[in-house]
Amino acid sequence: MKHIGKQTIQFDAPPTILQTASIVGPKEGQGPLAKYFDQCLEDEFWGEKTWEKAESKIIKETVNTVISKSGVPSEEIDYCFAGDLLNQCISSSFGLRELNIPFFGVFGACSTFVESLCLGSILLDGHAAKNVLCATSSHFCSAEKQFRFPLELGNQRPPTSQWTVTGSGAAVLSSSGTGPYITMATPGKIVDMGIKDANNMGAAMAPAALDTLITHFQDTGRKPSYYDLIISGDLGYIGKEILTELSETKGYNIKSNYEDCGVLIFDKENQDTHSGGSGCACIGTTFSGYFFKQLKERKINKILLMATGALTNATTSQQGESIPGIAHAIAIEN
Amino acid sequence: MDFIKSIDLMGLLRCFVVGGIICIIGQILIDKTKLTPARILVIFVTTGAVLGGLGIYKYLIDFAGAGATVPLLGFGANLAKGALQEVQTSGLLGAFVGGVKASAGGIAAAVFFGYLASLIAKPKIKKQ
Amino acid sequence: MNPIETKQQYSDYVDKKSPNSPILKNCFNAFWVGGLICTIGQLIMDFCKYQGMDETSSSTVVSIVLIAISAILTGLNIFNKIGKFAGAGSLIPITGFANSIVSPAIEYKSEGYVMGVGGKMFTVAGPVLVFGISASVIIGIIAVLFTA
Repeated sequence: MKHIGKQTIQFDAPPTILQTASIVGPKEGQGPLAKYFDQCLEDEFWGEKTWEKAESKIIKETVNTVISKSGVPSEEIDYCFAGDLLNQCISSSFGLRELNIPFFGVFGACSTFVESLCLGSILLDGHAAKNVLCATSSHFCSAEKQFRFPLELGNQRPPTSQWTVTGSGAAVLSSSGTGPYITMATPGKIVDMGIKDANNMGAAMAPAALDTLITHFQDTGRKPSYYDLIISGDLGYIGKEILTELSETKGYNIKSNYEDCGVLIFDKENQDTHSGGSGCACIGTTFSGYFFKQLKERKINKILLMATGALTNATTSQQGESIPGIAHAIAIEN
Repeated sequence: MDFIKSIDLMGLLRCFVVGGIICIIGQILIDKTKLTPARILVIFVTTGAVLGGLGIYKYLIDFAGAGATVPLLGFGANLAKGALQEVQTSGLLGAFVGGVKASAGGIAAAVFFGYLASLIAKPKIKKQ
Repeated sequence: MNPIETKQQYSDYVDKKSPNSPILKNCFNAFWVGGLICTIGQLIMDFCKYQGMDETSSSTVVSIVLIAISAILTGLNIFNKIGKFAGAGSLIPITGFANSIVSPAIEYKSEGYVMGVGGKMFTVAGPVLVFGISASVIIGIIAVLFTA
């Protein structure tokens, strides 16, 4: 692997995404992408007593599903990268504690999934591993409880707010395989443009997405039209519009081939999700469920997958701090 | 039913309108500022206490009845009224005792029913 | 459009891009739901007085009944729907205070009855009591100073 431009990594032997899996909650199961997920749950508790246990179970079962779908015995998976939104990443560590695979806990807020894929690819291309597992999860109820208000509180959600996706996405990467390949990775910088409104995450994260996107094009010399699709994680309707317009001011037109998972996963009109979906599982499930199948069926062949994260917590937002954003991108090609 | 005959319909109308207008003020705060529900409740209870302490709020209560006492402004005014009354009978001690004494029913009810509800109810997702 | 360089420019730009709340509709709903809750309170009040209770006790009964109804509706997962519809209409009356105590009590039940329900019950409503009671004490002290 080699370093190109300012911050992009080009892989010599691009790792293959062997298989993906996704499990989602009931609301996502009523959304437009429902038929692409491996499993849609009937209720948010999934038979558990707490939201936190439910989220752990979702990531655990998603990981079990992806391992069995990939055909790689779990003993041959060398490392696991996983993370989520709950304090100290407990969904991942509790959910995967019986997995018996060396574990790296990763926190990148909602950018965790692509961050894990980046790190996994680096291990694989560096010959430090043959197979790597990457997983992430989020849960609407546990996220509301930790970051916002109790579910029963009778408050109004402002039109800029986003709906945390309940679910988990997981992928098995391998150094040998026939694609889709992760050919490049552009890890992003922390970018803070001073947005303080925790109900407008898309606007807080869009500048980071812009920075990573432009840097990727500059580092690689590629143009937006090189990709069949440029996919962001959870900028939502507002963030998507901001990224599209700001890219244009920098001389890159992404209007025709840009999608956002937060926009795709819910039906805005019927599901009342305001500015769209968010959370680690937003890109985790949408990529694992929808885009990976499109790549496999060769309906699309070159994508830039860019997960965005808001690096904030409940304490800092109470202290009036602004919300730093981050975005990590990987190029996936057949 | 003598009770139904005894209802003052104009009084009810005044109550409805005043209560509604107080809520509109709250709604404007919600939509036009980024204040959280807790902050809005604090603003209302404190404003109510000040208005009650200055002796202004009781005119609104005389005019609108529950339209003025049910909103949190009334809760604040009641705290202040209680403190002022108790000061007259027991001096400085009254400043500490009066407010909570006057609002004890509401506070105890909220705590007790909150605890009771937690015994019975289970958290559920908003089906919005 | 020109490129955005400063935080101030970006903040102005985001304000332009972010949709506003439908304030007229929200105010209308807040008005009639809030008014209705107060009117229910007035009816309870009138009934208490009709039964021969004095002003202060009647007022306390109104609070307790409205709080009990709010607790039941919160437990049945109905209050948050009313709150979503009515906004300040259910938040500003004493019902909102009750809901803000009952909702964390239910939510944090999973952390146990002592530190969960007991400890977290006032996460939203605690400030109301802190500021309300402190204001009443200050007002009381001022009254003592002025009468002395």
